[in-house]
Amino acid sequence: MTIKRMLGNLLFALLLAGAAGCATTGSDRRDPFEGFNRSMYSFNDGFDQAIGKPVAGAYRDLLPGPVRTGVRNFFGNIADLCIGANNLLQGKPVDAVTDWARFAINTTVGIFGLIDWASDMGIDKHDEDFGQTFGRWGAGDGAYLVWPFLGSSGVRDSVGLVFDIGLDPVLRHKPVRVRNAMAVLRATGKRADLLDASRILEEAALDKYVFQRDAYLQRRRSLVYDGNPPRAALEVPLAEAAEPVPQPVSEALAAEPLVVRPDPATMEAAVRPLELQASPAASAGG
Amino acid sequence: MFPRIMRFATAAAAAVLVSAGGALAQSEIQAPDLLVKNVTLEVVEIIQKDKDIQKGDRRKVVALIEAKVLPHFNFQSMTSSAVGRNWDKANADQKARLIDEFKTLLVRTYSSALASYSNQKFDFRPLRAKPTDTDVTVNVRILQSGTEPVTIDYDMEKRPAGWKVWDVRVGGISLVANYRTEFDNLIREHGIEGLIKALYAKNSSQGQSPVAGVQKK
Repeated sequence: MTIKRMLGNLLFALLLAGAAGCATTGSDRRDPFEGFNRSMYSFNDGFDQAIGKPVAGAYRDLLPGPVRTGVRNFFGNIADLCIGANNLLQGKPVDAVTDWARFAINTTVGIFGLIDWASDMGIDKHDEDFGQTFGRWGAGDGAYLVWPFLGSSGVRDSVGLVFDIGLDPVLRHKPVRVRNAMAVLRATGKRADLLDASRILEEAALDKYVFQRDAYLQRRRSLVYDGNPPRAALEVPLAEAAEPVPQPVSEALAAEPLVVRPDPATMEAAVRPLELQASPAASAGG
Repeated sequence: MFPRIMRFATAAAAAVLVSAGGALAQSEIQAPDLLVKNVTLEVVEIIQKDKDIQKGDRRKVVALIEAKVLPHFNFQSMTSSAVGRNWDKANADQKARLIDEFKTLLVRTYSSALASYSNQKFDFRPLRAKPTDTDVTVNVRILQSGTEPVTIDYDMEKRPAGWKVWDVRVGGISLVANYRTEFDNLIREHGIEGLIKALYAKNSSQGQSPVAGVQKK
């Protein structure tokens, strides 16, 4: 699939999302297209129940653990190339070199990436993508979006996804038949790794859609800040979420702040009530 | 590519292990990072030895959590924080029922998580805090071949009876914060009683389901 076609599909999907979003009244500012997103979510869920989960379950039951680890390592190794590039784009040259060193070690000593020697040597794998890079450059999350098959995303992360997919070595592989087989194997392996997680999600959530959305938003914020996000940034939209704010789609998009990083003074002011909120409750317990 | 977020739920599973702990017999208060480490290793050892748990005996897992993990959690704090600004609208009786139902929900979730543990390695990070601190975060990482380490952060507060966990963040996802929108929506639409009912219904519906992750390791 060419980048041009990807962009075309994305644009079409965005238009579709916009059309659906107009017809719904989202109660959460971060999720103005909740109606569209929920229908995409149930489509994905239906596909997962019918095909994704059974196939992944068979994969896990039929293949021995070391084989599945090999598959995970192999695709993880390929991904390290783009992870390194993103670290470089984010101004973290040391991390970038680390990622490429991982690739060099695992591709050679690790036999085409089947064994993750680098991790055993203490060279940790990173998690980076273009959505995070744009976030690092200052782009806000934008509206939350759910794509068919791809799942949770947002405006910023969707643009990132176009680059992630466009530069994915697996998807650029020729011949197409081999590429397709590899893509299916990778997706199956990933879904299999998530079998326990998805069951836990079912147990934990009252409303699976809301639970997964909030987890995604928290997770992405954490990733953009490499694990140290300002806590305050998370609190603001949640506190505002209670009041329904009916907004036209275009305005809702425009109203999304592009930069989420508040200055230190604002952060401190915002964190303080949070701490106050936590301590009295904590001291009352036992 | 499928819901990426679920990967972190897996980690949540492992996170739970880390928070499990032995009852404190000593009069001296155990340091928070040591507490997390000891409890984690103890619970992992029990799981690895217990054939019933590996076969998916939910009652046994719940009993293990109640004995080892619960004493180290401050559920009052977790519940009030998850309910957020509506907490003050609840009366004493409602508060008690909310805490009870939320606790049950977390224990059930945890029992699934515990059972899906499959020999991942733990990396207990050194505590970055002053000895006088009363509110610290204990960092643990779970290492798995071919994927980036998953971070588990335990927010803990020093109490007279020892250090108590008041939030767990898995891969940056705060457990308490993640329930806040759900709880807020339910209270807005159905009031405090509606939230309690929804939690009760959720907890009752899971009575028969087997523990997750028992088919194959």
